[in-house]
Amino acid sequence: MTKNDNMLLNARDIKKIFSTKQGLLHAIDGVSFSIARGTTLGLVGESGCGKSTLGRVLIRLIEATSGSVSFDGVDLFNLPGHRMKEMRRRMQIVFQDPFSSLNPRLNVTDLISEPLVVNGVCNSRAERMQRVYKLMDTVGLARRLHGAFPHELDGGRRQRIGIARALALEPEFIVLDEPVSALDVCIQAQILNLLGALKRDSNYTYLFISHNMSVVRHVSDIIAVMYMGRIVEMADYDSIFAEPVHPYTKALLSAIPIPVPGAVRERILLEGEVPSPIDPPAGCGFYSRCFCREDICGQTTPELAEFKLNHSVACHLAKKGGCG
Amino acid sequence: MSLFSTPGPAGVGEDCADDSRLRDFAAVFFRNRMAKAGIFILAVLIVSAVFAPLIAPYEYDEQDLLATLEWPSREHIFGTDEFGRDIFSRVVYASRISVMVGIVSVTIGIFFGGLLGAAAGFYGGAADDVVMRCIDVLLAIPAILFAIAIAASLGPGLFNMVLAVGISSIPYYARILRGSVLSIREQEFIEASRAVGSSNIRILFRHVIPNCLAPIIVQGTLGVADGILYAAALSFIGLGIQPPTPEWGGMLSGGRSFIRDYSYMTLFPGLAIVITILALNFVGDALRDALDPKLRDR
Repeated sequence: MTKNDNMLLNARDIKKIFSTKQGLLHAIDGVSFSIARGTTLGLVGESGCGKSTLGRVLIRLIEATSGSVSFDGVDLFNLPGHRMKEMRRRMQIVFQDPFSSLNPRLNVTDLISEPLVVNGVCNSRAERMQRVYKLMDTVGLARRLHGAFPHELDGGRRQRIGIARALALEPEFIVLDEPVSALDVCIQAQILNLLGALKRDSNYTYLFISHNMSVVRHVSDIIAVMYMGRIVEMADYDSIFAEPVHPYTKALLSAIPIPVPGAVRERILLEGEVPSPIDPPAGCGFYSRCFCREDICGQTTPELAEFKLNHSVACHLAKKGGCG
Repeated sequence: MSLFSTPGPAGVGEDCADDSRLRDFAAVFFRNRMAKAGIFILAVLIVSAVFAPLIAPYEYDEQDLLATLEWPSREHIFGTDEFGRDIFSRVVYASRISVMVGIVSVTIGIFFGGLLGAAAGFYGGAADDVVMRCIDVLLAIPAILFAIAIAASLGPGLFNMVLAVGISSIPYYARILRGSVLSIREQEFIEASRAVGSSNIRILFRHVIPNCLAPIIVQGTLGVADGILYAAALSFIGLGIQPPTPEWGGMLSGGRSFIRDYSYMTLFPGLAIVITILALNFVGDALRDALDPKLRDR
């Protein structure tokens, strides 16, 4: 894909290796991508594939082992502490679990005003309250709840607090780390609509992390599929749904329920388990579960390569027109 | 419920201090009959400490050499000691020392022990290793011996005694707080605070420590009892309060040569210690149960 000034964030060959007692755990194994200003990159993958770690590495909540991220032209990983604090105002995160990501001892006002206090925005109390109320309006929290504690609120409202905290500093880029997967389905829809509306109004750039394809398809411009710490397929919304190439993507898409009574979709059922990310074997990470593997797949790891315009795949069989 | 009260215009944020958890907590706490008894006894103790000159019929050092070693009677309800001093008055005055020693020594222990433990747990790594190994060494010495050693090297006196008791309790608080901090610092809201740019110091004091207070409050309540007991022990062996200032342990010590013939001299200060410690233990246990949500709904 060609790079231009429109890219807000460029990630290059990011690796994150945790050393554990059993060996080196390759959580992220060489990931590169870009996100254009005002767009949403949907990152899908199953549990443990490294997608949440990637989201945290991008905003330096976790330090990467190697690789680089340039955010609006600034090399993030080499910034000294005080410059990083300034950059943090421009990049925020919404966490998956609204139950554990809010300090149970702080009330709604304290929670939402924390980013303001920490960064010295709105120094007078009245001004800060004004801002908190405005944020509560923005995310759809009733003002009367300003003194409530997290345990008194339901999951949807808590997640709205989390979103308000992320919006408080008027960031450009927001990592949404499975923001709806801990919520009821009807509340999921509310939160997704809220996130969509916020993006339309304020032109935020999102990295939307999810394990749920049907959630991602509603919010994303570009979708990246992750497996075993690598991006195996990345394309815009239409191409990936119309023409999935990687066998893993095909399997994922076949698992989305069709909302038509009586409709039957041909399911691709994957067999076997995800191999351990600790000291992974050579070759394609999907080799052990792939339903159309060939000899080469067990020997060399396929790189993410352009399959056609704006559609990249990491599969040896892509050039042959894929499989299955 | 102020949860549904009108928020008022912007800038009015103070009315949200109402905390329904506090009410839940109080309800559970006072459901416990032992806790009620304990609170009542402690209230009596504090009142007697504050209003000692009004309650005590005599001065604590007022000698009546014509009425020495008298058994309890209407004039001296707890009797008199070998100098004819009223034991009841002395027990009442001594509660001042005991309350003060208990509270101040626990404050010293929680403040320094808590800071050490919190810093060790929060920063981890080498800092944790160094601090906790030192704490382990101190824990290997029985607290009472440690207190005696400190008091002996500082010399007798009220201030030194409080210091000795306080310092000897530091390792216990350090260990408790470190344990809580280790579990709290892995919570997601710590990461959330870091994401908005909070400094380590802010995270430690605003997010970590307030969530670690429950076990410290419980230990602190029981620690007051330990403090009083150690102070009594130090005075008993002559390293604490010096006569004529009354102190329960010191009074026990003074009465022990008369214990065969005038047992009331040791009985009353002894009872005062026992009842106070018992009350503090009741309150401490009830606090622990009330602060632990898993034990609440029994």
